[in-house]
Amino acid sequence: MTDTDATEKVQQEHTAADDPSLSPVVDHTEAHLHSPVPTVLHHEHHEPAPAPTPARPAERAPRGVKLAKISRTGDRVFRSLATTSGLAIVLLVLFVGFFLLALALPSLRADQDNFLTSRTWTVAGNELRFGIAGLFWTTVLSSILAMAMAVPVALGVALCLTQYLHKRVSGPVSFVVDLLAAVPSIIFGLWGLTVLGPFLAPAAAWLISTIGWIPLFSKSVDPKGSVFVASVVLAIMILPIVIAISRDVFTQTPRDHIEAALALGATRWEVIRTAVLPHGRSGVVSASMLGLGRALGETIAVMIILTTPPQGAPFTPSIFAGGETFASKIANNAAEFDSPSKTGAYIAAGLVLFVVTFAVNAIARIVAERGAKS
Amino acid sequence: MTMNRLVSSRVTQLAALAALATLSLTACGSDPNSANASGGAEPGSSANASGLGCPAGKLSGEGSSAQANAINEMIADYNAECGDKATIEYNPTGSGAGIKSFYNGLVDFAGSDSALKTQAVDGVVEADKAKERCQGNPAWNLPMVVGPVAFAYNVDGLDKLVLNAETLAQIFNGTIKTWNDPKIAKLNPDAKLPSANITVFFRSDESGTTENTTKFLKSAGNGAWKDEPAKAWTGTGEGKNKSSGVAEATASTKNSITYIEWSYAKDNNLSMAQLDSGNGPVELTGESVAKAVSEAKVKGTDNDLSLELKYSDTQKGAYPALLVTYEIVCSKGLAPESTAILKDFLTYFSSTDAQKKLPDLGYAPLPSDLQSKVQASVAAIQ
Repeated sequence: MTDTDATEKVQQEHTAADDPSLSPVVDHTEAHLHSPVPTVLHHEHHEPAPAPTPARPAERAPRGVKLAKISRTGDRVFRSLATTSGLAIVLLVLFVGFFLLALALPSLRADQDNFLTSRTWTVAGNELRFGIAGLFWTTVLSSILAMAMAVPVALGVALCLTQYLHKRVSGPVSFVVDLLAAVPSIIFGLWGLTVLGPFLAPAAAWLISTIGWIPLFSKSVDPKGSVFVASVVLAIMILPIVIAISRDVFTQTPRDHIEAALALGATRWEVIRTAVLPHGRSGVVSASMLGLGRALGETIAVMIILTTPPQGAPFTPSIFAGGETFASKIANNAAEFDSPSKTGAYIAAGLVLFVVTFAVNAIARIVAERGAKS
Repeated sequence: MTMNRLVSSRVTQLAALAALATLSLTACGSDPNSANASGGAEPGSSANASGLGCPAGKLSGEGSSAQANAINEMIADYNAECGDKATIEYNPTGSGAGIKSFYNGLVDFAGSDSALKTQAVDGVVEADKAKERCQGNPAWNLPMVVGPVAFAYNVDGLDKLVLNAETLAQIFNGTIKTWNDPKIAKLNPDAKLPSANITVFFRSDESGTTENTTKFLKSAGNGAWKDEPAKAWTGTGEGKNKSSGVAEATASTKNSITYIEWSYAKDNNLSMAQLDSGNGPVELTGESVAKAVSEAKVKGTDNDLSLELKYSDTQKGAYPALLVTYEIVCSKGLAPESTAILKDFLTYFSSTDAQKKLPDLGYAPLPSDLQSKVQASVAAIQ
């Protein structure tokens, strides 16, 4: 599921990037100004024409030449198809939100604890006590940690691919990066559990012994199934998305800007700093946010890796502690949804994840938009 | 622009490929019958040595994952006996989901680690719902597979460990914290116990194994286990996902202990504690478990065989930590073709030949008195 979700997101982002009116992510207007693209000019000529008027002198044909009739059927058909698709996706999202809300409400009403601040999760008996504070913390902590690790690396890879490597080399390297997106998340999960967890254990032990006095790095029980290991795996999983989008944005840096910088005597690093990075900033931000969205919703890998603390265990903010994320909690217990109130409690957790992801994407849009304006 | 489009289309294609790979992987994983489709006797040998009818058609079941290995093996063997005439599918989605699918009419029978509940949970009485599904006829709980719960541990140099329900309950609720605790030492006077802390692993998902283990701890633990038995773990420890996760964690973590199905403990070569229920230490074997099951009281009336297990004060040589998986079937009212296959399949499942194979798979066979009751009930299905 998450794989297809990510695919859709990437796809959306790309289609959006192609159309300047849809997405402010890439600064197209600027690009057009600097590179005289004949197709765009042609395109602009077409737009204002309201209807085919035969009286226009420019279109009068010389004698003996027959003009083909301009048919608008294709236009209309395609337009309606596209509009339907657009409406369908909006309806689908609204429907998902409505479904979550409808199933969650009865359980939320019956909840004896504060849904937002409680960390208990007792949904089996006749008395419901559940809250999402613990889930929320683990979800957000692991995702942000993953993003903090993935974005700098992704930026480096994208810059290397677009600015440093020769085209002949960067092609295959890009292909390998894309291949990373093709690895199923269960494989990442098993790898994280059996290989990466034990491998990172000494590093975790060292961190705990040196900066363990910071609560975020305090000692915990199981170093192998910690949020830390999960976020390293998540970071690897979101790398291809962030790299692919940043790379696309960087390749669109106007040639003129780069050449101008070079002409002023800038080194390669100065070109990147003054031309490439400012141009791609908003694109990189939205790429990171997409990656964050993916990390928030990742299920199987996180579920396999994370150790679950027992009911009623004291809260620890440490990244070396275990925990459960929204998605892993739901997936872990999906087999035993035997009563509507229990199902409702889990769906309420799903609703929060839905809202959080929505908020993250909204922030990405706003940041990207601001970046495009400035 | 074109560059961008090219790149993006490649990304999309690859991502689509990834999605496809995941899909096909899961498809492979979730088809319980693919392995059983091959092999077997020649078609046509319908009446065979075991006295099976071998009707053709389709039968579907869903539920407990605890019996998944047993029932898949049984389906394969039954198909081999009958020459693949019938298609039988079992989907191990969990007891709760199985019962739900059964009373909603999605499957022909359910597998469950506990009998149908007769009290209302959330306004749903499972037994009544099942009766409705069987067109007004009661549904029967037929005990078919006995799955012992092993208390598996990983302590260096400790080949033999004896525990009783009370000590186990105290280990699992965090009262006993170290291996050399006097209470453990008292049960193991000759063993060299380390002073290390005990790491308890539990199932982080809700499971029938947890429910039955806590039932055992509650009723045999002399009040050491305070919480109500439930599918979600209420003790101490570190949660791992599913039996495989718990087994892996115990195998790779020193000084750990867990409760787990026998088959997983065997497959992972984990050491298993012996249980002392008052009459001396008892090792986990097919016979010792069957002995404990034979002490169970049949709670159900008529041909319904829901059991009340006896956890404490068991006779000498009985191992009472176990869970019984029931096949939940309609006594009457299922479509005739399905009934024919169901009856035939369960006849095979409850036969001595079939039950004899269970210990190799990590399950215990039914004790003979209960087995004959089950056979009678299967014969009474209409």
